[in-house]
Amino acid sequence: MGSRILALVIKEFLAVWRDPKSRFVLIGPPLIQLLVFSYAANYDIIEAPLAVLDLDGGPAAHRLIDDFDHSGGFRVARHLDGEKDIAPAIDSRAVSLVLVVPADFSRRLNGGSSGVEAGKPAVVQVIADGRASNSAQVLIGYASTILTRFNGEWLAAHGGKPVPAAIITTNWFNPNLVSRWFIVPGLVAVLTLVVVMVVVALSVARERELGTFEQLLVTPLRPFEIMVGKTVPGVVIGLGEATLAAAIAHFGFGIPFLGSLPLFYGALVLYLLAVIAFGLMISSLAHTQQQAILGAFLFIVPAIILSGFATPIENMPDWVQWLTHVNPIRYFLIVVRGTFLKDLPLADAVHELWPMAIIAAVNLSLAAWLFRRRLY
Amino acid sequence: MPPPPPLPLVDIEGLEKRFGAVTALDGITAAIHPGRMTGLVGPDGAGKTTLLRLVAGLLRADGGRLSVCGADPGTDPERVHEAVGYMPQSFGLYEDLSVAENLSLYADLRGVVGDARERAFDRLLRFTGLGPFRTRLAGRLSGGMKQKLGIACAMVVKPRLLLLDEPSVGVDPVSRRELWAMVQDLVADDIGVVWSTAYLDEAERCDAVLLLDRGRLLHAGPPDALTRRMDGRTFILRAPPDKRVAQARAAATAGVLDALIQGPHVRLVMAQGAAPPDGAHPTPPRFEDAFVSLLDDDAAPHAPLATPTAPVADPGEGDVVTAQGLTRRFGDFTAVDDVSFAVARGEIFGLLGPNGAGKSTTFKMMCGLLPPTAGTARVAGIDLGHAASAGRAKIGYMSQKFSLYGDLSVGQNLAFFASVYGLKGQARKQAIRGALEGYGLDTYAKANARTLPLGFKQRLSLACATLHRPPILFLDEPTSGVDPLTRREFWGRINALAADGVTVLVTTHFLDEAEYCDRLGIVFRGRLVADGVPDALKARFRTADTPEPTLEDAFIALIEAEGREDAEAAA
Repeated sequence: MGSRILALVIKEFLAVWRDPKSRFVLIGPPLIQLLVFSYAANYDIIEAPLAVLDLDGGPAAHRLIDDFDHSGGFRVARHLDGEKDIAPAIDSRAVSLVLVVPADFSRRLNGGSSGVEAGKPAVVQVIADGRASNSAQVLIGYASTILTRFNGEWLAAHGGKPVPAAIITTNWFNPNLVSRWFIVPGLVAVLTLVVVMVVVALSVARERELGTFEQLLVTPLRPFEIMVGKTVPGVVIGLGEATLAAAIAHFGFGIPFLGSLPLFYGALVLYLLAVIAFGLMISSLAHTQQQAILGAFLFIVPAIILSGFATPIENMPDWVQWLTHVNPIRYFLIVVRGTFLKDLPLADAVHELWPMAIIAAVNLSLAAWLFRRRLY
Repeated sequence: MPPPPPLPLVDIEGLEKRFGAVTALDGITAAIHPGRMTGLVGPDGAGKTTLLRLVAGLLRADGGRLSVCGADPGTDPERVHEAVGYMPQSFGLYEDLSVAENLSLYADLRGVVGDARERAFDRLLRFTGLGPFRTRLAGRLSGGMKQKLGIACAMVVKPRLLLLDEPSVGVDPVSRRELWAMVQDLVADDIGVVWSTAYLDEAERCDAVLLLDRGRLLHAGPPDALTRRMDGRTFILRAPPDKRVAQARAAATAGVLDALIQGPHVRLVMAQGAAPPDGAHPTPPRFEDAFVSLLDDDAAPHAPLATPTAPVADPGEGDVVTAQGLTRRFGDFTAVDDVSFAVARGEIFGLLGPNGAGKSTTFKMMCGLLPPTAGTARVAGIDLGHAASAGRAKIGYMSQKFSLYGDLSVGQNLAFFASVYGLKGQARKQAIRGALEGYGLDTYAKANARTLPLGFKQRLSLACATLHRPPILFLDEPTSGVDPLTRREFWGRINALAADGVTVLVTTHFLDEAEYCDRLGIVFRGRLVADGVPDALKARFRTADTPEPTLEDAFIALIEAEGREDAEAAA
């Protein structure tokens, strides 16, 4: 039995490797996608164009504008002459944010020596382009960080009443909240999923289309052996794909890997088995390779959206959250992010490992059963 | 045969067509005349379809000159389309439209409207006998009726030239005769008809043939001109004691070009001037003999016929394979209906029938690939549908289409199947080496299976199916599409295996091939209408009119006796 399975595994590798097209599918698209997504899928904003309307003109105002310009988040793209220029600047998308320093900024900052204005804080206005709501929020966050720092430095230099209460933020595991640290480990899971899914989903369907599957079924091979013979190459390909992606994430993008490698690989194997099980199910239900590919993408797209890869599962409606429990990506994402950014302890990881094991066991048995059922 | 008219419809001179590195047509020079049935004859890959598509103006030639009804299809395809009706191999009938709707669609495409359309439909429906089936969905027609509807659609505008690409493949003999008669009427109407075929008995009946092999024209002219060359070279050995031994011995004799089992006899074709062996009686030559001798002059030296021999596991005495009331329904369609037969050890049992008769479905049930709706199938005493995996090691199975791994080399395919069948160590090595040598595959050992010529693909399939020396062999349409030489070689191997005691079950839609079998089951519309020794089957239909009935005559008589369900005979 062992040698029969070995023969199947060797055949499977030869079939994938000797076909130049499927060889390319294994290597080309995943690498390109990893690089493109890693650079493109980024919530961080660098040097957003800023327009400044400085009605004050004093040194303090200059100081504040300088702080914006040198923060890294903004770059002063335009100096406006009056309020009438604000709307066109935003409308034309020439700038993402407008900073308005009112005429009394320096006076108020210096304590507002005279009359009614005494003791009132200095005020600046920021106007963001709400059409891109995500970026607007991020930019306003940047702006308030810059102002907080400005306040602190002003107090230190000139004295005055300190702000009554302030938040000091520390971001654990990702101190600078670099979104790439969040996205790229997730990509390791997602890209491995796509490649393994496509390879496995096509494997049985291709044989069925070409008639070789019948030829296999009249040999002494048992459905269980065929299933193992189809699963092992998928696991090996997935391990290679994930290792490559993880190496690029760590060495190429400098994302820390703080957790345990054995835990990472252990979870990866369970994840691959669960994914392959879905792939083999789809493959045994499909009559042609075209159906198999369609089926694979019918699985892949919702599986990624409902995994917590891009949006948190907690934000989803209850019934959808419930659905995510059969999604293997959901569990592996927690482990892969946990082993990259922190040293996820095994005791915590176990909660993610056993559901994947159950998904794998149930679906692989179903797939093996379907091999024989769906011949006609 | 009518005298050659002054102007041919199609004039072909030095025509060439290449697809990448493959030369599909290599300097063809020929003419096609009106009022004649021109047979375009050759095995798969000979270039038949390419030639038809060039004439129809669907492809551009790479060299040579071509004139169709006075126009050049390369520069003036519009004029050619007007004059030519073309029915490709799988004609584009819309299965979900009715007969009348299909006709209307093609009339619309051809711009036939109003009165002319009504007249054309009347003419075509009467002529094809499809009148009673106007409202039937095309998908529900039998194979023969589909071909008739295809021809009708190709003739909505009455063409001067009608091109038919393998119209009779897999069609039952009755429909085939009707189709032939129908097309003969067109010929009488002075239409030029090109009928492409791989069946050599059809070629024999054409007014003229263009005989193609691997892109080259081997013969152009009346078929009997070619057949006459074989006069005095064909003989028959009547009922030798052991026909397989006699056939093998004859094939090995110098001067024998071809030795063929035909019922209980062995038929011989001698080389030019060679003396026949003792006891051989002269017999009239056939077109196939001429084709074989032409191919033989043309072909590379014969591959060794030696099939690796070793004792096979003895499956016991008595009937090795039995089917009892085997039935399979798909929805309301009965693909196989109460089929029963038994095959003894060392016997070659053939299932003969047109496409869709249920031959492959029967095989799948026997091999455990498909559970029967009713009845039982036992192979070596085992029901393979429920058998342990060891039971499947007793059979070899070669499926209808090439089903090995195209991206694996010949050697890798053999190694894979050897391991899967549990061969190990020395036995495994020997089996693989034996297959490479015995099937003449050594030179291809490292080539991808996909790239092999068709005949070698079939050899490799048989090699893979017999690596583990199974006592029972299932061959589903093993020889469709190959040239007669390759078919002979293949049957030589099957005979050798049977002589070793292997039980062989084979399906075919070639009537002549069925004669090679020891026993035959004739399958029609899912039912086994008769079974027995080929000669006995034929003898049942001996009449004063047909003192020497062919298998085709027998088949037709059987089908008619069955009472045909549709009024297809109305045609």
